[in-house]
Amino acid sequence: MPEIFSEGFFPNMNLQDETNWATDFVRDVIIPRLPEAVAGHFSVELGTVLVMLVCAGIFVAVVPLLPLVLVLAERKVAARFQNRTGPMRVGPWGTLQTLADGIKLIFKEDYIPPQGDKLLFLLAPYIIFACSFAVFAAIPFGQNILVSDFNIGIFYIMAISSVIVMGVIMAGWSSNSKWSLLGSLRSAAQIVSYEIPLGLSILTVVMLVESLGMRDIVNSQSGGIFTWLIFRTPFTFIAFFIFFISSIAEVNRTPFDLPEAESEIVAGFHTEYSGMRFALFFIAEYANMFAVSAIAVTLFLGGYEGVLPGYDFLGGFPGFVIKTLGLVFLMMWLRWTLPRLRVDQLMNLCWKYFIPISFFNILGTGIWGLIFKKDDVWSIGISCAIIYVGLISAYAIAGRNLARKPEPQPS
Amino acid sequence: MEFTLKTFIFYGFALLTIASALAVVTVRNIVHAAFALMVTLFGVAGLYVFLQADFLAATQVIVYVGGILVLILFGVMMTSGRLEMRIHIERGQLLLGGGISLALLMLLLTVIANTPKWENLTDDGTAFAPTTERIGVLILKEHFLLPFEVASVLLLVALIGAALISRKEVRE
Repeated sequence: MPEIFSEGFFPNMNLQDETNWATDFVRDVIIPRLPEAVAGHFSVELGTVLVMLVCAGIFVAVVPLLPLVLVLAERKVAARFQNRTGPMRVGPWGTLQTLADGIKLIFKEDYIPPQGDKLLFLLAPYIIFACSFAVFAAIPFGQNILVSDFNIGIFYIMAISSVIVMGVIMAGWSSNSKWSLLGSLRSAAQIVSYEIPLGLSILTVVMLVESLGMRDIVNSQSGGIFTWLIFRTPFTFIAFFIFFISSIAEVNRTPFDLPEAESEIVAGFHTEYSGMRFALFFIAEYANMFAVSAIAVTLFLGGYEGVLPGYDFLGGFPGFVIKTLGLVFLMMWLRWTLPRLRVDQLMNLCWKYFIPISFFNILGTGIWGLIFKKDDVWSIGISCAIIYVGLISAYAIAGRNLARKPEPQPS
Repeated sequence: MEFTLKTFIFYGFALLTIASALAVVTVRNIVHAAFALMVTLFGVAGLYVFLQADFLAATQVIVYVGGILVLILFGVMMTSGRLEMRIHIERGQLLLGGGISLALLMLLLTVIANTPKWENLTDDGTAFAPTTERIGVLILKEHFLLPFEVASVLLLVALIGAALISRKEVRE
């Protein structure tokens, strides 16, 4: 039994258990079924690796089905918002439209710009694709549906998702097109900036949970809806919104889709891509969308824990997926409702509002931790009261400001 | 030495690191060199994981790949849009760089030779507990609080300086 599999980085379904699930599977299930002559020479270690590779293969094969559904959902949602029906021709209610599009993309010409940098051009989609899938390794979909429970869970996710920008830069630069280059420059600036409020918001959660492990974070929210971290303190309530908005910026979606703004720079960093490579970008985008929603659910909305302690309502694997899809729908809603921000507005929002508020959040969470003991019922009550009063007063102030007639502008 | 899966993965990472590091210094195209550096940094992160320094590994990726390398590429792309950006190396630089590298190599080899029983480190399970908590305690509680604070003040000063330099001049 190699130590490396028992602790830390490699897939480990059960932390209390010293052994690894893949190793167990090989030792108990596969080896007894092999013919005598082979079984003696079959190493458990090699078997472990093979089992893990097969599992990873299943994973990589299944997750692209997610964008298949999400792309259709996006088009249907968009259609609803614009008072039309969306795709209706392929399959019942157009449900097979994405499949048809996928097949079309596979058969399209794979065009490589002759003036570009061929090696990097070919490599870029794979980097983005691999990174957006590596994030899924640390997301706990359910009590036991977790590829790996590292003790640095959320930090690993941040590290991997910060590499995506390298793929974007690679794609933009190697295309040798001004639109691509502009798009990737914008993307780099945007992602590097928004990583700061994102990380600071995560920090408030980590301060409360006192662990970076995803399973620890979920387990600390097991006492029903009011122990979900979003309601635990008023500061995490603010942090949730900062986290969510920053993640929309991280995955380059409207209102933050400057890197691929159609009206300005054609399609941004993937202007020159076609066929299956373009599809890889597309799949990665929707996988990312799902991933950041899943992370938001894990950190703030109870993960796989339900609304009531001991009941499975909105809990377990189905509950987790429902909550995540809810956030995905919210992203689509925002996309088809809000106009795109300008570059200066984007940077103002990040550096002048989100980052100072996040620092205030961290300070506040620290003070909150000093005042209240961990898992204090009173603290949750007080926090919910503060959130309630804050929301009401925000609503009142916003209502009064919006009701005021705008001053006539001198023209 | 028994050849286990562990050694196999270790040599895989080591090979990846060294090969890409060689590419960084030999490749003529500066952007290719930068992307090879990404592979090197990933390889080093993998080696950190091997030492059960998982926190360090993630920090390595987030700071160097997600931060510094992106800034390097940003600078390169901003300064020149042409695809053929060649690096010109003069003989003097080559000699100087080679000499410094050789001296560092000797230093590292001496340290490696003088470290007692470094190959036995992996056999003790207790030495490789999760490091995050210990790093936090060391930095914020025990030994390194002052250096940590000094570094943070230094970074703040650098940040203010950068803002001052890049600020638009207000006329009048």
